This record gives sequence, C-alpha cells and structure tokens, in this order.
Amino acid sequence: MIEAKNLTKRYGDKVAVNDLSFTVEPGRVTGFLGPNGAGKSTTMRLLLGLDRPDGGDATIHGRHYRELPRPLSVVGALLEARAVHTGRSAYHHLLCLAQTQGIGGRRVDEVIELVGLGDVARKRAGGFSLGMGQRLGIAAALLGDPSVLILDEPVNGLDPEGIMWIRTLMKRLASEGRTVFVSSHLMNEMAVTAEHLIVIGRGRLIADCSTEEFIERSTEQQVVVRSPDAEQLAALIGEEGGKTALDGDGTLTVSNLDAPRIGELAAAGGFVLHELTPRRGSLEEAFMELTRDSVEYGAAPAPHGEGDPR
Amino acid sequence: MTTVPSATTRPAAPVDRRPRFHRLMLSEWTKIRSVRSTVWSLILLVVLDLGFTALFTALTAAQWDKTDPAGRAAVAADPTGTILGSGFFLSQLTVCVLGVMVIASEYSTGMIRASLLAVPRRMSMLAAKSAVFGLLILVLGTVVSFASFFIGAPILHAKAPVSLSDPGVLRAVVGGGVYLALLGLFALAIGGIVRHTAAGITGVIGFVLVLAPLAQLLPGSFGKHVHAYLPSEAGHLIAQAHQGKNDLLTPWQGFGVFCAWTVALLVIAAILLKRRDA
Repeated sequence: MIEAKNLTKRYGDKVAVNDLSFTVEPGRVTGFLGPNGAGKSTTMRLLLGLDRPDGGDATIHGRHYRELPRPLSVVGALLEARAVHTGRSAYHHLLCLAQTQGIGGRRVDEVIELVGLGDVARKRAGGFSLGMGQRLGIAAALLGDPSVLILDEPVNGLDPEGIMWIRTLMKRLASEGRTVFVSSHLMNEMAVTAEHLIVIGRGRLIADCSTEEFIERSTEQQVVVRSPDAEQLAALIGEEGGKTALDGDGTLTVSNLDAPRIGELAAAGGFVLHELTPRRGSLEEAFMELTRDSVEYGAAPAPHGEGDPR
Repeated sequence: MTTVPSATTRPAAPVDRRPRFHRLMLSEWTKIRSVRSTVWSLILLVVLDLGFTALFTALTAAQWDKTDPAGRAAVAADPTGTILGSGFFLSQLTVCVLGVMVIASEYSTGMIRASLLAVPRRMSMLAAKSAVFGLLILVLGTVVSFASFFIGAPILHAKAPVSLSDPGVLRAVVGGGVYLALLGLFALAIGGIVRHTAAGITGVIGFVLVLAPLAQLLPGSFGKHVHAYLPSEAGHLIAQAHQGKNDLLTPWQGFGVFCAWTVALLVIAAILLKRRDA
C-alpha cells in the first residue's frame, strides 16, 4: 500500500506537487493520470525517496522508502528518465543492483528472460532502443519480486506488441495481490489497464475514484438515433428536455435524455427507428475537459519539464 | 521478445546473508569491473606509470654527465622520489579521471537513480563506493609503485644507487600506492560534489596540475606555504624517502595534509549527497 499525505514539493518558486493526498490499494492497477508537467514524476520521486518533500509525507507499507532495509524486495520502480549506465551490459546492470539486496545471479537471469532480453543481455545498454530500455527498466523493477510496483510511463517507446505485453504484465501483477501504481498522460491507455484512477493537474488532486466512476462522472451520455422522421422526432425530444443535433442523413445525436425514453417517445409518436445507440463521450475528452485549466496554465509560461526537474 | 511467461511469483529469491556493507561493496566492485572505460583506465594507469618510469630514469641516467651538479645532487639525495615521481607524473591523471568518473558517470547516465533506489541510505552507498575504489587503487597503486621502483632503481644504479632497505625507501614505495589511492578518493569526492564528469575532471586536474605552478608565483613565504599545503604537492611527499631540502613538510606531515583535504571533501560530498535531490 502506498500513502501520500499532504505531499508538497517546490522547485524554486514553482510548486510541482501541491498538498497531494491519496492512497494506492493492493490488488488492482491504479492509474496515475495527468497532463505533462502535472507533477506525476515528481510525486513518484517523492514516494521513492529520490527527492525530499517540502511538506507532507510519503510512505510505502507505512514506512518511508529510505527506511526499507532491502527496498527492491518491497518496491520495484521504473523511472521515466533512464537510469542505466550506458557502458554496462544489461546483465551487469541488474547484477550490481541485485548484489546490494543479496539477490543472486540466478534471479538476474530469470528477470532477463521474463522481459524478453535474453539475446541482448550481454550487450551494452547504451545501444538499446527505447523499448529495450523500458524492458530493462521493468526487469530491474521485478528483480526483488516486490509487492509494490511504481511505474512511470511504462508504455513509452514500446511497440504495440510491447504495449500489450506490459498491460498483461501489470494486470497479472495486480491479480497476484500486488500494489501497481502506474502513471500515464494517455487517458485511453489507462482506461484499458487501470481499475482505479488518481488524476492530478498542476500538482493538485483532481479525482480519486474507479475508472468507471471517473468516466461516468465526467463524460456526457449521448444517444445516436437514426430515423427517416428525424426532424419530427427531434422536436418531440426537445419538448421532453433533450438536446439534439441533426446530421444531414437523418442522424440525431441526443444528449440529456436516455435511450429507453427516446425509444418510448418514438413508439408513442409512431416514428420508425433505424438505430438507437447509447454512446459515451470518449475518455480522452473527459480527461481533457477535467484537466483543461491545468493544461492552459502549463502551456502559457515555459513548461516545467517534469522528467528532469533541475 | 514476445514472451509473457506465466510465473512471476516464485519462492522468495535466495537471500545472501552476508553483512549489508559487504553486499554493497560487492555491488560497487561489479560496477567498476563491468564498464569498459574503467578497465581501460586501469590498464592505462599501469602502462603509463611503468613506461614513464623507464623513460625518465633512462633519460636521467643518459643525461647524467650533462646535468648540472645541483640537479645531480637532487637525484642522488632521493633516487626513490625521482623514480616514483617520474612514474606518477602522468599516471596520476588516470587516477584523477577514474575517481571522478566512478561517481559522476552515475549522474550523467542516470544510473545514480537506480543505485539510490537499491540503496536509499546514501551514506552507505558513498562509503561502499569509496571503500571499493580506494582499495582497488591502493592495491594496484602499490603493485605499480613497487614495479616502478624495481624498474627505475637498476637503471639509475650506476649514477645514484638505491636499495629498498635504505632508510625511508620502503615507506616511500608503499607510500606511492597510498598516495594514488588517496588521490583517487580526492577525485571521487570532487566528482560527487560537482556531479558532472567533464567539470569534475577539469576541477581535479586544476587542483593537481594548474594550482601548484600558480601558487609558486605567489610572492614570499606566503606563496611557499600555499604551495606546500596544496593537496597533491603535500600528498606526493609520502612517496619520497626523505624530506627534500626545499620542502616545508616532512613526508608524514604532507600525507596528513592530503588526508585532511580528502576527508574534508568527502564530508562535503556526503552532506551534499544526503541533502540534494537525486
């Protein structure tokens, strides 16, 4: 379990994380969502003890990261910025990390196979593609078989196959009862992987709820109606308080009125329906709607790169 | 790269029960030996040291009759210092570069984040790194120092005979290794403070090569004192068999001064490491 309490971090006079509190529960994938520069990476660095908070507290299983005696067997982390010496092979990179925890070389070989880097394990990591680098980062995160995973933008740079792989992996890790906390600036990516969402903008909490609830709450339900009598039907719907938009080919997009009610209206009025489809606004739209303020703010002054806050 | 193996949960990884610091040192040793550039630098250290010992002592011997009496006297007074000094002349730079790289390259590549995630107690990480690197250079430096002595002494023998059993000589030869090890830690501390490879190397070489001649330009006894207490000037005295006529400090005093510099810089590096965001 991950807990952030009133977490605050300033870089100079910029507030990167502002009084942020949330809990990440085990057994499910929790998405950490926000536009670029929202403070996701900074929050993760605070959780991992890489940066020191200016206020508040971040704990994992009730302890500060710095107090964990063998941290890699409790928390596995993938950071957004690369964290590998370019002159070292994947194998030796993992080995030197494993040795600090007293983990043997056999486990190193295991995680190399697990992420599919077996063929290049002895090659210098500097020559790795972005996707291979991500896989190596994930191997490092899994090294200690940790109960908590903190992954910063893990799908970055992965090909479609790699994206499928990481989705499956995250879901499986969560189903094994682990805490999986994964950041992304892509709403759609989170919609297919995360059960729970923590959304931030400008370093502040915007939403902390299930993905479903988030979509429910923030997207407008619409119904697509096709009918030869679209115009009359539109008038009828309007009288009932629905809002309609009519396309040229007799397609109505109705909001503010649900599909069963529209069907009843059509039946009562004797109108023929060719289609009656409830439709959710896209998640991406909902996300943009919610975070619009923070994005607008972030775009005006020089954007604060969140990857490397120095 | 298509594998999605089913087993991520396995019985807990076999856990090494050796003491924590031992594990950290093992890890730092893996870091050093698994990067090609550090291995090459170590080889360069040996080659440069032994090569220049042979070259300079041979030149000194060949030019002996053309050398002025003062120059001859300086060599004859302390042949050990001449032999070891000619080896260190360039090889000490590889130790400086290595010392900076061992820590600064972790910052430039981002490796430091992985290291600190594995070892969030930053002092322990720095201590293990310093210990492993210091020991490595101590062993290699001592071997090189002895090899350098046994190459240089026979070459100079006809002009300025010296034997390991002469007073101060054994201490000086061992001191050569100690000097290099301490210089390595001095460079590592600066690398940890500036966290940037190029800037760190420039800084250390500035300290070692540039500051000394500059300090000599300072007037009077003030300049003389500043010069004598500079880290590398004081430090290399331990690799001399006797206190030179113009030396303000004895070998052991010089060693003490260099230790003080190194410890002070390591403490600053440690405090900064603890305070700064990684």
